[in-house]
Amino acid sequence: MRFLMLIHDNPRRWEHPTFAQHGSPPEDIARWQQELDDLLAELNDSGEYVSGLPLADPARSRTVRVVDEEITVVDGPLAEAKEQLAGYMVLDCASWERAEEIAGRFPSSRFGPIELRPVMFASGAEM
Amino acid sequence: MSAQAYDELWRELTPQVLAAVVRRYGHFELAEEAVQEALLAASTQWPRDGLPNDPRAWLISVAARRTTDLLRSEGARRQREESVAVLAGSPPDVSGGDDTLTLLLLCCHPALSQASQVALTLRAVGGLSTREIGQAFLTPEATMAQRISRAKKKIRDAGTTFELPGREEMDERLDAVKRVIYLVFNEGYAVSSGEALQRGDLTREAIRLARLLHRARPMDGEAAGLLALLLLTDARRPARETEDGRLVPLDEQDRTRWDRAAVAEGVGLVTDALRRFPLGPYQVQAAIAAVHDESPTARETDWPQILALYDVLRVVQPGPVVELNRAVAVAMTDGPKAGLAALDAVEDDRVIEHHRFVAVRAHLLEMAGDPAGARTAYERAADLTTSIPEQRFLLDRAARSSGSGPSQG
Repeated sequence: MRFLMLIHDNPRRWEHPTFAQHGSPPEDIARWQQELDDLLAELNDSGEYVSGLPLADPARSRTVRVVDEEITVVDGPLAEAKEQLAGYMVLDCASWERAEEIAGRFPSSRFGPIELRPVMFASGAEM
Repeated sequence: MSAQAYDELWRELTPQVLAAVVRRYGHFELAEEAVQEALLAASTQWPRDGLPNDPRAWLISVAARRTTDLLRSEGARRQREESVAVLAGSPPDVSGGDDTLTLLLLCCHPALSQASQVALTLRAVGGLSTREIGQAFLTPEATMAQRISRAKKKIRDAGTTFELPGREEMDERLDAVKRVIYLVFNEGYAVSSGEALQRGDLTREAIRLARLLHRARPMDGEAAGLLALLLLTDARRPARETEDGRLVPLDEQDRTRWDRAAVAEGVGLVTDALRRFPLGPYQVQAAIAAVHDESPTARETDWPQILALYDVLRVVQPGPVVELNRAVAVAMTDGPKAGLAALDAVEDDRVIEHHRFVAVRAHLLEMAGDPAGARTAYERAADLTTSIPEQRFLLDRAARSSGSGPSQG
């Protein structure tokens, strides 16, 4: 099963790649970095890691809509929420339980929620 | 020679050349790189200068030369004694037999995860490019490249020698090889219009690997069973999907489009294996596929025999998927009510909310004359699936069950 793992955090404080908080003690940051490295190595070996990207501050985003066939562009994120999308990962896991475990081990889950969404496919087997 | 003929030649020679070089020098990573370079050289020289007398020997000697170059530079960098020792040795034997099985067993080393075994097998034995493997598994090339290089490193770290494992370990390794081939096939068998080409290649590759394994281990009944199962399943491919990408269920497929040669070969293989060797799950699954494939129409399917085979399969390989398929056979033999009862008897939480389970329930409710229940279940299954063609199929069924469009809410 494939999942899109959406990593949310407060843009005021995130610091890639572990989403450590501004001003976090260096020893904590080092530990989170190690946890992240271990997790990524494990996911690479198991084939569960597919892809992923960190995102820039939502202040840099632009929201596009088409109103009356006219494109309108507004600076800033879609929703003014405290938590914003900070990055994503695509995972290929055997079960929901495994995906939840991985999300729980991602260092930033301490600071912001992680949402798991199953991914749709263009392929399928005869039924 | 046509491009396709070259392609087939590469596929056949790559594992043999790689095996010969690994056997001689022992460095899987370097040997693999060297073989790729030898293939690259061949792909430019052969079409221009013509095929060498012995293409295999040509590739082995070019790859061997390249391996010693690589070892020399690595040796200089790391001051490796073993590299120096190897350089003093003789070049690999180019006349020897086919080491492909040994290579296959090496790629399915127990130190590797299954995903890594699959990737490495396709790369080293299948001769697929990292890009092709990535495309086939819908995974970025960079991710796949990293997985393969980590797998090669793990094999090196495990200190694996290029020898056939002992008898006991051999059986386990052969099981792992079969699982990998089966996984490759399944990945390719999933219907998909957009990616049809790449994924069709995977089923062909899986059949080729299964054939290779069967040839190398002719007394292994499960190797025969696996090859038969893949052939009998793949035979239906031409009828499984409409031109606009809609799935066609087994009972509605145009059986004249099935690949009769593949069916005949599969039936021959499984019949022979069942007669001569101990029973195993691949043989039983192949036998079930054979009953379907040999039936001239869906109506004439010998369901009691299929049910009897599922009763055997649930003993040799118990699991929720077997129970699910068995419930269909029960319904076709003893009626939909009996099938629904068999479905209700499955208490595995992992499958009850699985879309396939719900879809089968919907189908049995439809058979039992409960269109409202069937529609609800089809819609539920459509919500649960993550496959776009399956969702389309299930929503079509839901609409058919109600005689109108999907229900609101």
